[in-house]
Amino acid sequence: MKAAAIEFRQVSKLYGEVAAVRDISFTIAASTLVTLLGPSGCGKTTTLRMIAGLELPTSGSILIGGEDVTRVPAAERDVSMVFQSYALFPHMSVIENVGYGVAVAGRPKDEVQSRAKAAMATVGLTGFDARLPSELSGGQQQRVAVARALVLEPAVLLFDEPLSNLDARLRRQMREEIRDLQQRLSLTVVYVTHDQSEAMAVSDRIIVMNKAAIAQEGAPRELYEQPRDVFVAGFMGDANRVRGTLARVDAALGELSIGPLKLRLPHRGLSGEVDVAVRPEAIELALPGEPGLAGTVRKAAYIGGVMEYTIGTAVGDLFVVNMAVDRPLSAGAEVMLKLANHGVVPIAGV
Amino acid sequence: MSPQRKAIALWLTVGAVGFLAIPWYALQDSILSGAWLRNYSARENAPALVQVLRHGRIWLLAIGAMLLLAAPLLAPGIARRLRARALLVVGAAGFVILAAQGFAIGPQGWGFDSLARIFGSLATGQYGMGWGATLAATSFAMLFALGLAESGYFNGDAFIASSVVAIALSVAIFTFFPVLTILASAFEDGSGALSATAFFNRLFTAKIWTLACLSGGGRCGVAWNTLLLALLCAVGCTALGLAFALIVTRTSFRYKRMLRALSVLPIITPPFVIGLGLILMFGRAGLINQWLEWGFGIEPSRWIYGLPGLVLAQIFSFTPIAFLVLIGVVEGVSPSIEEAAQTLRASRWRTFVDVSLPLMRPGLANAFLISFIESIADFGNPIVLGGNFGVLATEVFFSVVGAQLDQGRAATLGILLLLFALVAFFAQRRVLGRKVYTALAGKGDAGLPTPLPTGVRRACYAVALPWAALTIAIYAMAMLGGFVEQWGRNYTPTLKHYAKAFSIEWVNHGILWSGTAWSSFWTTVELSAIAAPITAVLGILTAYILTRHRFAGRAAFEFGTMLSFAIPGTVIGVSYILAFNVPPIEITGTALVLIVCNVFRNMPVGVRAGIASMAQIDRSLDEASTTLGARGATTLKRVLLPLLKPAIIAALVYSFVRSMTTLSAIIFLVSAEYEWATTYIINRVTNGDYGVAIAYCSVLIVLMLAVIWIIQRLVGERTLGRRTAGADAGVAQLGATAA
Repeated sequence: MKAAAIEFRQVSKLYGEVAAVRDISFTIAASTLVTLLGPSGCGKTTTLRMIAGLELPTSGSILIGGEDVTRVPAAERDVSMVFQSYALFPHMSVIENVGYGVAVAGRPKDEVQSRAKAAMATVGLTGFDARLPSELSGGQQQRVAVARALVLEPAVLLFDEPLSNLDARLRRQMREEIRDLQQRLSLTVVYVTHDQSEAMAVSDRIIVMNKAAIAQEGAPRELYEQPRDVFVAGFMGDANRVRGTLARVDAALGELSIGPLKLRLPHRGLSGEVDVAVRPEAIELALPGEPGLAGTVRKAAYIGGVMEYTIGTAVGDLFVVNMAVDRPLSAGAEVMLKLANHGVVPIAGV
Repeated sequence: MSPQRKAIALWLTVGAVGFLAIPWYALQDSILSGAWLRNYSARENAPALVQVLRHGRIWLLAIGAMLLLAAPLLAPGIARRLRARALLVVGAAGFVILAAQGFAIGPQGWGFDSLARIFGSLATGQYGMGWGATLAATSFAMLFALGLAESGYFNGDAFIASSVVAIALSVAIFTFFPVLTILASAFEDGSGALSATAFFNRLFTAKIWTLACLSGGGRCGVAWNTLLLALLCAVGCTALGLAFALIVTRTSFRYKRMLRALSVLPIITPPFVIGLGLILMFGRAGLINQWLEWGFGIEPSRWIYGLPGLVLAQIFSFTPIAFLVLIGVVEGVSPSIEEAAQTLRASRWRTFVDVSLPLMRPGLANAFLISFIESIADFGNPIVLGGNFGVLATEVFFSVVGAQLDQGRAATLGILLLLFALVAFFAQRRVLGRKVYTALAGKGDAGLPTPLPTGVRRACYAVALPWAALTIAIYAMAMLGGFVEQWGRNYTPTLKHYAKAFSIEWVNHGILWSGTAWSSFWTTVELSAIAAPITAVLGILTAYILTRHRFAGRAAFEFGTMLSFAIPGTVIGVSYILAFNVPPIEITGTALVLIVCNVFRNMPVGVRAGIASMAQIDRSLDEASTTLGARGATTLKRVLLPLLKPAIIAALVYSFVRSMTTLSAIIFLVSAEYEWATTYIINRVTNGDYGVAIAYCSVLIVLMLAVIWIIQRLVGERTLGRRTAGADAGVAQLGATAA
């Protein structure tokens, strides 16, 4: 199995006047799992389908494993796909489904059987040969879909929102299995989802897309802690958006003032009036005697593992997540807030 | 050999066989009889090469040359673009040359004087094209299609390219070419030249457009009659259909299943059964008149013949289709919406008027237009009940049949009829928008349908139930009429009509089908059975291409295949006579023309069945198959066809039933050797031999019911999704534009 790298060079896909994807370029290294992340309509599924060859780009070029495959139709690319609805052939048994790609290639029957069984063993479905898709649970159906995609040992494996049809508990388990599989077999995997925590859990790199373009790409930590703009900040997790003033201290650091609070952090090339993204977990209760931002608790919710507060302050309403469930605050309580030394990021000047 | 070269080799071989080995021209007997083998090189039987060498038909050499030119394309190593272009050129040129020489050269040499002047006269002429020519033409068309695929059209898929070209050509030859011929014929003046004045003279005659009946005294023009009848019929059918639909879906009427079964009946029976039944009840010798005379001394009148009887007959005949369309519409009004209106304090009446009816409007318009189109295309009822009330369909028929043979007039009337039908067809498409193939709506809405307001419910019952009773009575008459000596005079039970029509004798060499009806019966059954699979294949293939593939020209392709649906049967019948009675395609009087007529008239039924079923198969199944390396044909074969079994069987059954009960086109195409069951019955009726006619009708009805019942059993209520779209939607497709 020769995992391949993928390269997009200024690819656009237009449907009449509407651009589903506009002039995007990126590289996906071989044997890595990269997620295309974004809200509905951002172009991630279109991009995935262009990798598969199910859509052909209007302009630009696509290379897989160094070869230009821009005009090559899906049936001739070495790319397999696991669909959101699994797309299992309802009239074929599990083993016939899994062996389909090999059978279509005209291989002899025993080879079809043996390769299908091997693929099923890889996903842990040994013994399910004769079942029909309608007789399987959601998780099992998904494994069949994965086995079917794997049996041809593709250079690239694609997943189109594979966990959206599963319930929450199963999602965590399945995403670990997919990640596990990818690492074991050193596959190049491109994964599409709109769930950012899922993306962060499984990916080597994430490409965040918005409105037919790439908003930012990088490792999960990079995107969460150093978002490039307000959209990425807000998409990668909850983020309070406040105004602050940033003064340069030295080459890398600056001093950020938000209300009465002051903090030293990397200035990222910004200064003056800035938009700041503050993560909910970065707002803490000030100890008595520490300088703080005055606030009143407007809403309090007990979530089991954490408390969620909405606190009104001079800089606006802040959404705060606090781990002290044993000392909950109630609505109307007066508090003093301070910032932690992580989770505060200045983004783009105003 | 690469798959592309294999395909080229295949079609070149086909073309070569057609040119070198098989009779080029149409034979007197069927090619399967093998008679041509005995006299292989005679003028009528020889293949093209021999024709050139032995019989002086040198123009055929051009065709052979084109085939030869294509041969080098088999060589390996030719650049893709070059090969693509060459295929396009050779395919197109070969086909065009073949067609051109077919039209240009007739039995007496050049068909047009201008050509004789340019090229000098020819020593010999030629007949209509036969299997050799057909194979050669197919070969050129397929080479052209391969060229298209290699040039990048159809996403490079040769299978799709070939299918689209094949279907488009077939539809063009067997639907559009005849219609163009009829157009030309209407414009021809006495000398054969085209003249607009000739057309207008024929079109604007008193017979068609006079309004004499309004001013009292005469009959109105045929065009007005047709429109009036259609209007009355459409209004009646929509109203009745709505009443039935409301009863079945919104009341707790106990006999709903029976109503639904009743609605199917007129669709699967020959189009004149209702007319016959009405005559048996209300005709001069009919039951009601006899009873009135016996009981009250009222003189029997002939009121049933003419507009009143026709309106009655057509409303009976076409309400079922409106009913099936409206059931979908009524069920599609989401119960939640009505419940919302009620929680806002609207009474049931207000809800019905403000919410339900407006939501049904497009469906009502659709039902209206369908009934309208059915009425103007109807032939069976007017021919039986029309009397002096002439409509376009029957006038066309009378222009061709018998002493009146006036080709130009028939063509003109046909065009007028076509025009009316097309206007209504386009209006219908407008109303439905892009969703011409809407499956039944109703996505499992959780609400319960709101019961009707009392007034509406009573009105529905008052209108629909007597109607249902009358329909049952008419069918009872139609079934029983064959069992009496002579309807109206002698009601002794007898089997003599059945005996006359269907007697069987055993003789020493087997069964002798001695009844008078057997010949037409077996012809109809056999030819319908041959046409049905062809129809199903064409229909499903077209449905697959339309639903699963995007390519340049798709909209035109879709439009073309569905347009043939709008053409009234009468127009098709006449146009076939005009187009296919002379070379190059000379097939009238043969079994082939009957098969072809049925295939192309019924193809839209297969298409609709296919599209409705395809809609229920998720696209991602196709895509999964593609990403696993399967091309178009493989995906179709391995993934889609197994899932389409119900649609295929439905298409087969409906095509068969429609073929068995068709009349308006086939009546022009029957011959001494090949008679159709329906035309045989009509002949018996016009000769006054009601006994045999009705006996035959009853046999046909029973046969159709049996066929459908058997197939329902075999396929069962199996559905692909959770909706039972099968039964109703299928029969609705069956019914639309019947006759």
